[in-house]
Amino acid sequence: MPINYYIFLAIALFCIGVVGVLTRRNAIIIFMCVELMLNAVNLLLVAFSKMHHAVPGAAANAGTDGQLFVFFIMVVAAAEVSVGLAIIVMMYRNIHSVDVNFLNRLKH
Amino acid sequence: MNNVLHLAYLVPLFPLLGFLINGLGRKSLPKSLIGIIGSGTVLASFVVSVWIFFQVKGGNTYVANYFDFISAGKLSIPFAFQIDQLSSLFLLIITGVGFLIHVYSTSYMHEEKPEHYGRYFAYLNLFVFSMLLLVMGANYVVMFIGWEGVGLCSYLLIGFWFKKTEYNKAANKAFIMNRIGDLAFLIAIFWLVWRLDSVSYGDVFANVSKLSNTDIIAITLLLFVGATGKSAQIPLYTWLPDAMAGPTPVSALIHAATMVTAGIYMIARSNILYSLAPLTLNVIAIIGIATALLAASIALKQNDIKKVLAYSTVSQLGYMFLALGTGSYVAAVFHVMTHAFFKALLFLGSGSVIHAMGGEQDIRKMGGLSKYMKITNITFLIGCLAIAGIPGLSGFFSKDEILAGAFGKSPVLYAVGLFTALLTAFYMFRLYATTFRGSFRGTHEQEHHLHESPAAITIPLIILAILSVIGGYVGVPEFLAHGAHSLNTFLQPIFAASQPHLPVHEVSHSTEWVLTGVSTALILIVVIFAWTRFSKKPDTEEATGFGKVLANKWYVDELYDAAVVRPLHKLGGFLDNMLEKPVIDGVVNGVGKLVNYGSRQLRLLQSGQVGSYVLLMVLGMLVIFVVQFFLRK
Repeated sequence: MPINYYIFLAIALFCIGVVGVLTRRNAIIIFMCVELMLNAVNLLLVAFSKMHHAVPGAAANAGTDGQLFVFFIMVVAAAEVSVGLAIIVMMYRNIHSVDVNFLNRLKH
Repeated sequence: MNNVLHLAYLVPLFPLLGFLINGLGRKSLPKSLIGIIGSGTVLASFVVSVWIFFQVKGGNTYVANYFDFISAGKLSIPFAFQIDQLSSLFLLIITGVGFLIHVYSTSYMHEEKPEHYGRYFAYLNLFVFSMLLLVMGANYVVMFIGWEGVGLCSYLLIGFWFKKTEYNKAANKAFIMNRIGDLAFLIAIFWLVWRLDSVSYGDVFANVSKLSNTDIIAITLLLFVGATGKSAQIPLYTWLPDAMAGPTPVSALIHAATMVTAGIYMIARSNILYSLAPLTLNVIAIIGIATALLAASIALKQNDIKKVLAYSTVSQLGYMFLALGTGSYVAAVFHVMTHAFFKALLFLGSGSVIHAMGGEQDIRKMGGLSKYMKITNITFLIGCLAIAGIPGLSGFFSKDEILAGAFGKSPVLYAVGLFTALLTAFYMFRLYATTFRGSFRGTHEQEHHLHESPAAITIPLIILAILSVIGGYVGVPEFLAHGAHSLNTFLQPIFAASQPHLPVHEVSHSTEWVLTGVSTALILIVVIFAWTRFSKKPDTEEATGFGKVLANKWYVDELYDAAVVRPLHKLGGFLDNMLEKPVIDGVVNGVGKLVNYGSRQLRLLQSGQVGSYVLLMVLGMLVIFVVQFFLRK
């Protein structure tokens, strides 16, 4: 499959994520959209890594660093999810809502 | 180091301590103690000065380096004192006359509140300290420190009664006019540093040959401009008459006996430089004689007892500059000394009169005071006789020496000088006769109140009167008694180096006899005329015609006002309206407003809406993206 397909898919996922973050007010959905963006990037990294590896005459380890990055991002994302979900749970306990617009009270 | 150097610093130290004690303790110390500290410290300095005088009598010069005051590159300016004949003579005048005036002040200022009494003595002691620094300094910078110090004290004491706006204005006038002179003095010091890398008298005078003619003329002229400010010469003399706003003892000490002679001291000290600049000497002689004549003519028509004496001081200072200009440095220093005696006496006498009259200073309202104030009358008369130049009194000897020197230089100078001497005799006896002779013209209440002043006032008067009589015998001219001019012998080491550079004007003894005889006869005639004229019919009408011009001081103040003060005010107003308010204030306020407005706008960004933060974050990322991919080559 040409690399373009991967890129379009990644851009589509990323844009969905961005729009979701910008337009939704539900904290969980925003959270999911953030994950969507992260994974769009992951997808790109993997795709490019594979592309590099497939070039004729490339070194044996060509493109492997991209895949390594992906693992790092997944680990970080997992850690982030645990913290983020904990925050959302605490938020729900305190204000009985997961609507981020209720969080603007830090301003005052 | 020898004993002189071990003790020399005590001379200025005592008044400084007096200043600190009186200044800090003015609210808590009793008046009697303040008076004792104020006078006692100066007396202590006087005692040390007398001792120093006998140490340097043999012709020794001592230079004491205390510490490095300024040290930069090749330039090193030590804080050093130079004790020689000239400075020791001035030390005696300053501390001796100063002590008498301090004693006088304890009585004269007695009606002041303790706090102001203490402030007065603190200023007076600070003045004595600064004046001592001025004459003891071994380089121009230490002299300049004292020079500025006396200027400050003069300002503080002229404006001593600071509740009167007029007095404050007089103080400002004195300070500002002095600043003009001080600037020239400062430039002269810089010039010396530039050319010689030194400001010490010893270095400068030893290296005059390294200076070009232009340098010497410029330096001497600049120093002289400095002297015109401090010593009230044309064109900077108008502050001195106004300075009479201060208490009378201050006028006696600062504006007659000591501070105003600082300019003469400075030129006498730099006599080698001046002797090498004949042009400057001519300028000094002309300015001196012009000032003497102008001030004497103004004094003819003044009716304020202190104003007459003030113009008389300006006139006598003119004489001293005439002496300097004709190269008779000894005569100038001699006249400084005799003038310190009789002018301090006259001022203190006028203070005694003002005291008795309850603050009245207009001589038209006095008259016949000799009946009420015997000691003041006699001492004042002695002062008048001395300043007029009656033979046998101190003024005769010094004035005669100056006139003889002027004759040697040019008969025109002599003629104008003699005419001024006649004017001096006339206005002094107009003053004396109007004040002490005739009948009393004041109110009945004042007449009832008339009394002789207490001993603290009369004793200094008597001592100064004695000095005014005998002070001249240190300088008996050669044609009267051979080798009797002991002042000349005493000051010989100071002026010896400049003698070869001065043209010799030998005036034969017979000529001197004639000159002295003529001047004495004329002065006596004028004295008798003025005495009889003003005893009978005092000058009480308003002046008319030329007299009005004199009474209005030749309108010099008005001229300065129109030529300098008002244009400056206009310029100030113009700059205020056109530059200060729109440009400078506009920029400053504009910056403030801009920051304020900008902050208000930026504050809106922090809305607390998570959505808007995220939007901005995405926009930021987009901008970075655009920059990375489309703008970066």
